[in-house]
Amino acid sequence: MDVITIERKVLQKNDEIASKNREFFIQKNLFTINLVSSPGSGKTSLVERTIEKIKDKVSIAVIEGDVQTDIDAKRVSNYNVPVVQIITNGACHLEANLVKDALANLEGKLDNAGLLIIENVGNLVCPAGYDLGEDLKVVVISVTEGDDKPLKYPKMFMNSEVLVINKIDLLPYVNCSIKDLRANALKINPKLKIFETSCTSGEGIDKWCGYLTGSIKK
Amino acid sequence: MHELSLARDIIDTVQQNVPKEEICRIKYVVVKVGAFSGVVTDSLKFSFQAITSDTELYGAELEIIDIPFLLKCNTCGKTTTNEFGMMICSGCGSVDTEMISGNELQVVEVKVETMEEI
Repeated sequence: MDVITIERKVLQKNDEIASKNREFFIQKNLFTINLVSSPGSGKTSLVERTIEKIKDKVSIAVIEGDVQTDIDAKRVSNYNVPVVQIITNGACHLEANLVKDALANLEGKLDNAGLLIIENVGNLVCPAGYDLGEDLKVVVISVTEGDDKPLKYPKMFMNSEVLVINKIDLLPYVNCSIKDLRANALKINPKLKIFETSCTSGEGIDKWCGYLTGSIKK
Repeated sequence: MHELSLARDIIDTVQQNVPKEEICRIKYVVVKVGAFSGVVTDSLKFSFQAITSDTELYGAELEIIDIPFLLKCNTCGKTTTNEFGMMICSGCGSVDTEMISGNELQVVEVKVETMEEI
């Protein structure tokens, strides 16, 4: 049998488009975060609380990713920020080219923006492997999911820089130890920066937003 | 289930890198898959078979090279592994580590039947 050598990354095309997205973000002076989590961890609520908290200081644009519906984009548009909904029609993650198309839809609305929030499709597995060109990958987990999730879904925690533990107001009612959750996440990725929040009570949102605005300035 | 889109990317990569006349003679597409690449190899093989069935790659098989998860420790210098994907050195417990393999997802080569073999 003859062998033809190829030696190319499977995700090379995605990575090339992600690099172009990254160049675009640098050129526009946009700090970009990619929010990833299981469905229902509170990503959209975190986007809403973040906008409320910092929109007077930083101009924000949002890209929403979902398998179906524009429910999230409608929610976010109530806050008077530019928002585009990507509907993947079944795909379980966002890819760099979908973000590139969404950026084209935001044209003209990004000139004054300092922060772009990309909310990925709710899925704790597939979005981990796809670079979108973001500065920061932020994984959100809610205490109702249990403290063992970082061990069960390590790649997402391995590839993220920040962990937001959400719904901490529900801690008295669920069998989840924040201490164990933090320890498990740090076993997978000792460099994770961790925040604890409740989008319902507002607890911890100040700290998270302080970190975010601090990162934008760097 | 992102294996389906990965299978599509693998097929695109092959079609872009192998001369047209050789593609229908491909028997194996060799792919490196890291232990923490997030890929289920059975799903990837299934997806590959499903979407090559009506293309010139019909009959080609995916050959998977499994790449282990390996960590290099910056404290004790040892290379270790663990089955959990923990970035902690199993030798000395240090967290000052770097992943040296396990994230791979790469099309390495294709094996093509020669004229004599056909």
